[in-house]
Amino acid sequence: MTDQQVLLTMIGMGLVTYIPRLLPAWFLRGKTLHPFIEAWLNYVPVAVLAALLLPSLLVADGQFNLQWSNLYLWAALPAGLVAWKTRSMFATILVGMALVAIIRLIL
Amino acid sequence: MLAEKEIKNNFAKRIFAPAVPVILGYLPVGFAYGVLGVNAGISTLNTILMSLIVFAGSAQLMATAFFAQGLNPFSIILTTFIVNLRHLLMSASLSTHMKKWNKAEVAGFCYELTDETFAVHSMRFADGDKAAIPAISINVICQLSWVIGTILGTMTGNLIQDVKPFALDYALPAMFIALLILQIKNRKHIWVALTGGLISIFLWGAGITQWNVILATVVGATLGAILETSSKKNSDQNKSKEEGS
Repeated sequence: MTDQQVLLTMIGMGLVTYIPRLLPAWFLRGKTLHPFIEAWLNYVPVAVLAALLLPSLLVADGQFNLQWSNLYLWAALPAGLVAWKTRSMFATILVGMALVAIIRLIL
Repeated sequence: MLAEKEIKNNFAKRIFAPAVPVILGYLPVGFAYGVLGVNAGISTLNTILMSLIVFAGSAQLMATAFFAQGLNPFSIILTTFIVNLRHLLMSASLSTHMKKWNKAEVAGFCYELTDETFAVHSMRFADGDKAAIPAISINVICQLSWVIGTILGTMTGNLIQDVKPFALDYALPAMFIALLILQIKNRKHIWVALTGGLISIFLWGAGITQWNVILATVVGATLGAILETSSKKNSDQNKSKEEGS
């Protein structure tokens, strides 16, 4: 591909990315929704965060990894506990990153 | 003087603080994308432009591999569409908080709606900070860090690839852990999170690696809405019974 073809492809990628990001907010905003739909939309954050997070913790290098070598998974347990107890995003991130960094240093 | 201090506090508290974890995550991942982009034979300018035009981490990382393989443009665009379709749900979910926004604000905000900015805003909006300008400012800062990471990556080429000693690669997973747990406020949320997470991982294991997030979200949110409306109906019925007796 020439640079120009790459650029045109990227513009296409940008469009198909932007349209789904824009249209729901554009049309739904300010509308009174059926209570079921409204409840449904309110549960999307928890559902989507869990759906994104769990694979990112359980899959390492394209494979399931439930062994001790999967730092992402085991560091998530204390980090999650800190989030639950402190309700602080910063404390959670700090503890998570510090644990991962320290264990990597030791191993 | 006081006003100036307040504005500074405001900026630090309302805009910079929520953006920091995203910046910490985006700089190294943007950097990695920059390195991969140039190594895949994409020009430096185009590699950087993709971070401006597309601004979607997983899709951009996949695209570098596709461009390197010489896949046809149509397939690249179609795959990008499928991978990023999940933002449809995020946009719909945030729309309930945008009642007072004008069209330009919605258009600007949605351009930079990623998994990470969504996670941050779903929390902020639910806590009551629904103003457009701070939300858009957070997004701009986040994309800026993504672009800066990309530029640094294209400059260094493959000199430095390893961000692991600093555990910077764990900034975004840790942020998602925190944001998920902070949004769990009752038992229904726990069921929804378990359902969404388990279905997503199950589908991934079954080879459905591009649709798993969106399908799991639909099932999880539907479960939540059913639990919510049925528990409301029950309490309504109980109320009317009490009133009747």
